Amino acid sequence: MANSLFRISGGTVYDPLHGIDGQVQDLWIENGKIVAAPTDPEVRADKHLDASGMVVMPGGIDMHCHIAGPKVNVARKMRPEEKRLAKPVMRTATTHSGTMGSVPSTFATGYKYAGMGYTTAFDAAIPPLAARHVHEEFDDTPCIDKGFYVLVGNNHYIMRALQEKEPERLKAFLGWLLSSAKGYAPKMVNPGGVEVWKQHQGGNVSSLDSLVEHFNVTPRQIIRGLAQAADELKLPHRLHIHANNLGLPGNWTTTLETMRALEGHGGHLTHIQFHSYGGGDGDENTFNSKAVELAQYVNEHKNITIDVGQVMFGETTSMTGDGPLGYYLSNIYKSKWFSSDTEMEAGCGIAPIEYKNKSLIHSLQWAIGLEWYLLVDDPWRVVMSTDHPNGGSFMAYPQIVRLLMDRTWRNDVLNTVNPAVRERSTLGDLDREYSLYEICIITRAGPAKILGLKNKGHLGPGADADITIYTPHENKEVMFELPRYVIKAGEVIVELGEIRDPVRGKTLHVSPDYDKGVEADIAEWFEKYYSIRFRNYPVTEDYMHEHETIACE
Amino acid sequence: MSIATKKNAAPDPSLKIVQDATCTFCGCVCDDIDLSVKDNHIVEAKRACVLGKSWFLNHHVDERPSCLISGQPAPVADGIERASQILAGAKYPIIYGLSDTTCEAQRIAVGIGDWIGGTVDTTTSVCHGPSGMAFQGVGEVTCSLGEIANRGDLIIFWGSNPAESHPRHFTKYSLMPKGMFLPNGRKDRTCVLVDVRKTKSAKAADIFLQIKPRRDFEALWILRALAQGLELDPEETELETGVPLAAWQDLMTRMKAAKFGVLLFGMGLTMTRGKHLNTEALLALVRDMNAYTRFVAKPMRGHGNVTGADNVVSWQTGYPFGVNLSRGYPRFNPGEYTTADTLARGEADAAMIIASDPMANFSQAARERLAAIPFIALDPKETPTTRAATVAFTTATYGINTPGTVYRMDDVPIPLRPAFDSPHPSDFEILSGIERRVKQLKAAVRLP
Repeated sequence: MANSLFRISGGTVYDPLHGIDGQVQDLWIENGKIVAAPTDPEVRADKHLDASGMVVMPGGIDMHCHIAGPKVNVARKMRPEEKRLAKPVMRTATTHSGTMGSVPSTFATGYKYAGMGYTTAFDAAIPPLAARHVHEEFDDTPCIDKGFYVLVGNNHYIMRALQEKEPERLKAFLGWLLSSAKGYAPKMVNPGGVEVWKQHQGGNVSSLDSLVEHFNVTPRQIIRGLAQAADELKLPHRLHIHANNLGLPGNWTTTLETMRALEGHGGHLTHIQFHSYGGGDGDENTFNSKAVELAQYVNEHKNITIDVGQVMFGETTSMTGDGPLGYYLSNIYKSKWFSSDTEMEAGCGIAPIEYKNKSLIHSLQWAIGLEWYLLVDDPWRVVMSTDHPNGGSFMAYPQIVRLLMDRTWRNDVLNTVNPAVRERSTLGDLDREYSLYEICIITRAGPAKILGLKNKGHLGPGADADITIYTPHENKEVMFELPRYVIKAGEVIVELGEIRDPVRGKTLHVSPDYDKGVEADIAEWFEKYYSIRFRNYPVTEDYMHEHETIACE
Repeated sequence: MSIATKKNAAPDPSLKIVQDATCTFCGCVCDDIDLSVKDNHIVEAKRACVLGKSWFLNHHVDERPSCLISGQPAPVADGIERASQILAGAKYPIIYGLSDTTCEAQRIAVGIGDWIGGTVDTTTSVCHGPSGMAFQGVGEVTCSLGEIANRGDLIIFWGSNPAESHPRHFTKYSLMPKGMFLPNGRKDRTCVLVDVRKTKSAKAADIFLQIKPRRDFEALWILRALAQGLELDPEETELETGVPLAAWQDLMTRMKAAKFGVLLFGMGLTMTRGKHLNTEALLALVRDMNAYTRFVAKPMRGHGNVTGADNVVSWQTGYPFGVNLSRGYPRFNPGEYTTADTLARGEADAAMIIASDPMANFSQAARERLAAIPFIALDPKETPTTRAATVAFTTATYGINTPGTVYRMDDVPIPLRPAFDSPHPSDFEILSGIERRVKQLKAAVRLP
């Protein structure tokens, strides 16, 4: 089978990287990769799939979700109550059973992403001390390729290198850390703020220039230092940023300052919806959207990309590496609360949450997310996300597609939410509708480009043959929630939501070049403060099953 | 797994040194042990505690057959076939144990439970199961053990006796280390022990509060009340808890004054009157304390990889233990699907026991049921359970003979560095064989 030639014929193809906007053409696949059409017209495919009348796109890519590792698994344990009501995933002769709710079990996660036409997903917040756990869960998350971002924004070694003005040492450490964890990209979560939370009751930083005690650094220094190091290491995805003050009224100025602090370095601001709020002084009545002001800055600065973190109405679980945020949310909602601090590295907060369309705050969060999609001019720099499961489940993506492609539907929903949203945001005034071509960009071509994945998000020769084939439908939610076929690495793995061939999927990670001379210093520091041995920290090759090292170039 | 050989003066060529090996005897999972191995025998275990030394130095490979069917030696392949037939043919098969094997083996075992539509349960259900249930009610504020070493200035042990159950906890994590924010180590910390009897751990504590047996719940709620500043009746407080109100007030003052308080709790809390309600009170108290300072809680988990078992069962099914898969998807109900109960009620009609000895420690009703049904046992040693098993596999010991992953009590995953090979197969190998076969047997039934 491996060497056989597979032809998908007659489909209406969307491949934005190559400017292909709904042209009828054939795709040829060999060895799991897209290949050029044979020049010899006599060549026959060993396998043929007729996609006439159907829409063909690259497989979807979720560049920011929480699907594996300690935090996700704790949320599974903590929320039995939502699983009994959620339709479970049934065991078949070849596929495992699982539970759903806002935090599906591992097998279920793989099957559901694939069933929806997504073939790649990245977990966005992993303490490197738990990297081994993530690789184990990934091995039980079939059908999709996956990778994870490594938490670095409150790492003690990094803050110490900044304090001692040692940028070269910081850079080498970052290279060592990503290689050791077999992670994909550096991720900052509330830079500096989590360390203050560890030191003080209710602790956090309030601005980019707040001082982090003991290390005497500021969030601004952490952002700037890491952005520079990521650029110099030539990481495929430079720096993934969860800015300070998430969720707080008036936080939009912090977000603007964060973008400015990059000083032209590449940076991706994640779940930006949660960082786009005006108002303040603890008064709910001042809460409003600042998406227009921030989107203008993004439109003018090409070094910045974003994903949205769309809020959808309903019950879900908030989970974050932002320890103080978890505390804040659990106090607001009086919910059960999990918090865990990881030595030298990170924090974590988990709390159940229900977004209600009658709530002004929640309605505004919903509207601000949509504003972001509609206000960023260049679809290559805005990516669809719900920050699964924080704003809602990844299973909501088809609904978001409909909201973006169908203005009438969007206004119908707008009429059902808290009416003050029309005054506090511009959503009611936005007429823009996305085309299929643009949807294809914000759900696959764009995230692939932002992640530096040269073999994903497109259908040109050399691309991984990850392909989703849809039956066109007037209602775009219907069209996108149940693809006709999903092809992973050249194999048909899904037909109408049913898993045909539960392939494993591979792990994507980086292995940047760094100055190995730094390892002695890291080892000395490590043995002094960590509770495990330095030699037992790096994730070894035997944890990697199918995997691919993405080049830093 | 790398094995380093020492090259200093006059080395014994037959001596192999394994550096940074991991001890899986208790939930501390110390990964800094240097083993000296000679002729498939561990002759030295540097830095190991008394329990760890006993674990490593007394380890020898059992000269039993790798497989016994009805007490008679048999080829492993025959044992796998018989085990698979038993499990695939059963109406209510249960899989139990799992806390003393690798995550790699646990993952396969849970998978088997799914293919056969059985019940999967771990020893968590008889130790910290109530902690898991309390956790589902209130959550938990916690941290990794290195945080305690670097920041914890008030350390409270409740219903736990680490001096005997987790000997290196004091020196490695909780009391003695000189941490980043505690440069003087032990001098910078206060240690409090709360228990119903004066255990060996009392010697390590600055303050010992001896409470009345079965009054943990009341004592914890008194602390919750004091945290809120409520007035309490001194006589009633002492009558209920056996400890004067002033002592509780003093403790609360210390808790509020601490910069980073830590409450570590053991089975003295989770397996006595109140069970999950006790843990819920404790977790709620620790949560309350975060309104005044930073405070964390942590269960003192016992078995070497019981935390891994919780994690694996959770990520594959969504629930931590006591999971039933008979309807084709996972359901959770402690008391209904927990093994001590399914056996005692006579419900299970076949079982697979992995690295656990229920014939030695379950109730009589449960033991009688287990003895009456066909079951499979996997264990490195001969035990009452392996002796009564229909199919008994002698397996290699995790961490000594086999590599793999274990999770420390704080969910930190740690790799194993085996010392020498065993002639016996690993749990992973046996279970993988059974999984392949039951999958075939079940698929044949489903697809005529």
